[in-house]
Amino acid sequence: MSDTLAIRTRGLTKRFRTGQIAVDGIDLEVPRGAVYGFLGPNGSGKTTTIRMLLGLVHPTAGEVELLGRPMPQAAREVLGPVGALVEGPAFQPYLSGRANLVHLDTCDPSADPSTRGRRVGEALDRVGLGAAAGKKYRQYSLGMKQRLGLAAALLRPRELLVLDEPTNGLDPQGTREVRSLIRELAAEGITVLVSSHLLAEIDQVCTHLGVMSTGRLVLQGPRDDLARHEDRRVTVTTTSEHLVAARQVLDSLGLSDVVSGGTTVSAALGEVVTPTIAATMVAAGVDLVEMVVSEPSLEQVFVELTGEGFDVAR
Amino acid sequence: MSPAESVSSVRSEPEAQPESSIQPERWAPRRGATLRLIGAELRLVLGRRRNQVLIAGLGTMPLLIGLVLYFTSGGPHGDGGPGFIAQVTQNGLFLVVSALFICLPFLLPLTVAIASGDAVAGEASTGTLRYLLLLPVSRTRLLVAKALGALAFVAAAVAAIALVGLVAGAALFGLHDVVLLSGTTVPLSEGLVRVLGVVLYVGASMTGLVAVGLFFSTLTEVPVAAMAATVVTAIVSTVLDSLNALSAIHPYLLTHHWYDFAAFLRLEVDWTVVAQGLGVQAAWIAVFGSLAWSRFIQSSITS
Repeated sequence: MSDTLAIRTRGLTKRFRTGQIAVDGIDLEVPRGAVYGFLGPNGSGKTTTIRMLLGLVHPTAGEVELLGRPMPQAAREVLGPVGALVEGPAFQPYLSGRANLVHLDTCDPSADPSTRGRRVGEALDRVGLGAAAGKKYRQYSLGMKQRLGLAAALLRPRELLVLDEPTNGLDPQGTREVRSLIRELAAEGITVLVSSHLLAEIDQVCTHLGVMSTGRLVLQGPRDDLARHEDRRVTVTTTSEHLVAARQVLDSLGLSDVVSGGTTVSAALGEVVTPTIAATMVAAGVDLVEMVVSEPSLEQVFVELTGEGFDVAR
Repeated sequence: MSPAESVSSVRSEPEAQPESSIQPERWAPRRGATLRLIGAELRLVLGRRRNQVLIAGLGTMPLLIGLVLYFTSGGPHGDGGPGFIAQVTQNGLFLVVSALFICLPFLLPLTVAIASGDAVAGEASTGTLRYLLLLPVSRTRLLVAKALGALAFVAAAVAAIALVGLVAGAALFGLHDVVLLSGTTVPLSEGLVRVLGVVLYVGASMTGLVAVGLFFSTLTEVPVAAMAATVVTAIVSTVLDSLNALSAIHPYLLTHHWYDFAAFLRLEVDWTVVAQGLGVQAAWIAVFGSLAWSRFIQSSITS
């Protein structure tokens, strides 16, 4: 039992009847209160993992704990406080957005019928669907469908939200709105697991990241630890007559991979701090026009780890 | 808001919360949850335009038959059809029985197939099934609600045939005292009760097929496949029922007792015959209901 983790798996494995291993012994750890970015290319096993977390698919091996309780045994007690958007929204096409939420809430065994109307209205407003609530679901655009899926997850105050590709089908504006919604929810203390195959879409809101590649969890941890500081580079801009001197300064400080050209010289930063570089430059009489430190984007880390960008894994 | 800010605000939260903050009372099923689920299912099934059109379509059958008989009834009656069809022009009450008789071999099984085949597979194909289970709705309760929804649909279809038959029959031919199959005449009031018996028996005869359809519906995410398999089951049963070599198994076939509704139109209603017919339906419900349940309870939801 774990009370500090909202989601915890041990050796979670799913082997399909075809023999293909979709999820290969992963140990997922999502701390309470975290916004956990669950990343990986299409086909890397994210959705199968999410289905196992929620008890929709039975694991071949391994254990799942959701909010400290074993799944799928405790599904009935645990799933109530969990809001989910799994593999796209799904509603009755011939009902309006509002009627769909009312239907879903009516089927919810623990929902209070007396507050239903208010909650449905608030959920629709929260995702910006208030004006389109009376329209048939069939007539919704992909983005509106996605919003209705989020509204369904927000019908009741949840403790954990599992959002599988919530920005799918949304335009950049919609994607920004979902991000700010996730921030709001996180600020309320709700744990969020959000999956995506596009790191850039969710990177900014995440406190933790987990990266899947061909069924394995290749990386997991607090986001800030994952930006690899040893790969940072410093780039110094000076005048052309001081270029050689600037280069000598970086060499003398023990920086490696020094490259120069034009009026700039750059090197891998390593353990050296920038004030030291600046002070040494000035002491050596180098005109310091500009000094920039660049970090590898998480995107680069992500692509390196998974070995691919947009391509499906298999 | 910068990511860094959201990080710090989020990370300070867990300490403020109790270790396990699930509030059992808030998430425990409320009183009447199952009834609300069933109510929601019935609204969904009976409120759906497609189903309403289907029921209305079935309702036009007795009207159609009545009109055909009305405009062609110049010649002598009793042209070799079953006794009650010949009697329609004498007594509009028989339009109810005739319409059910005509719908029994194909149209009613088709309706049953659509109602029951769609029940689970329809939700699986739209993907709404996973969201119901995540609420969480217990699979057993959901299956019960789905079965009741399908039964309500079939009941509405049978009732539509009966009601339109009664109204159209009364309007076209009038309602009179009833001449039973044995030749005895009983008053209209008793005739109405007997025809009600026919309607209820026909409705009950469909329940076994509903269970079969529900079972197929748990096997697939393609509603049409479940519907087709259900219709095929009814057809195969009829075919087997017509092969004399298989007479040993005939009494247990799903469709064997469907036409025994005529028992209600004899002087003395033979309750043994009625009980046999209902018993066979109950047996099919028991077998295929359990199969559907055991399949649904352990299936992975991958749609």
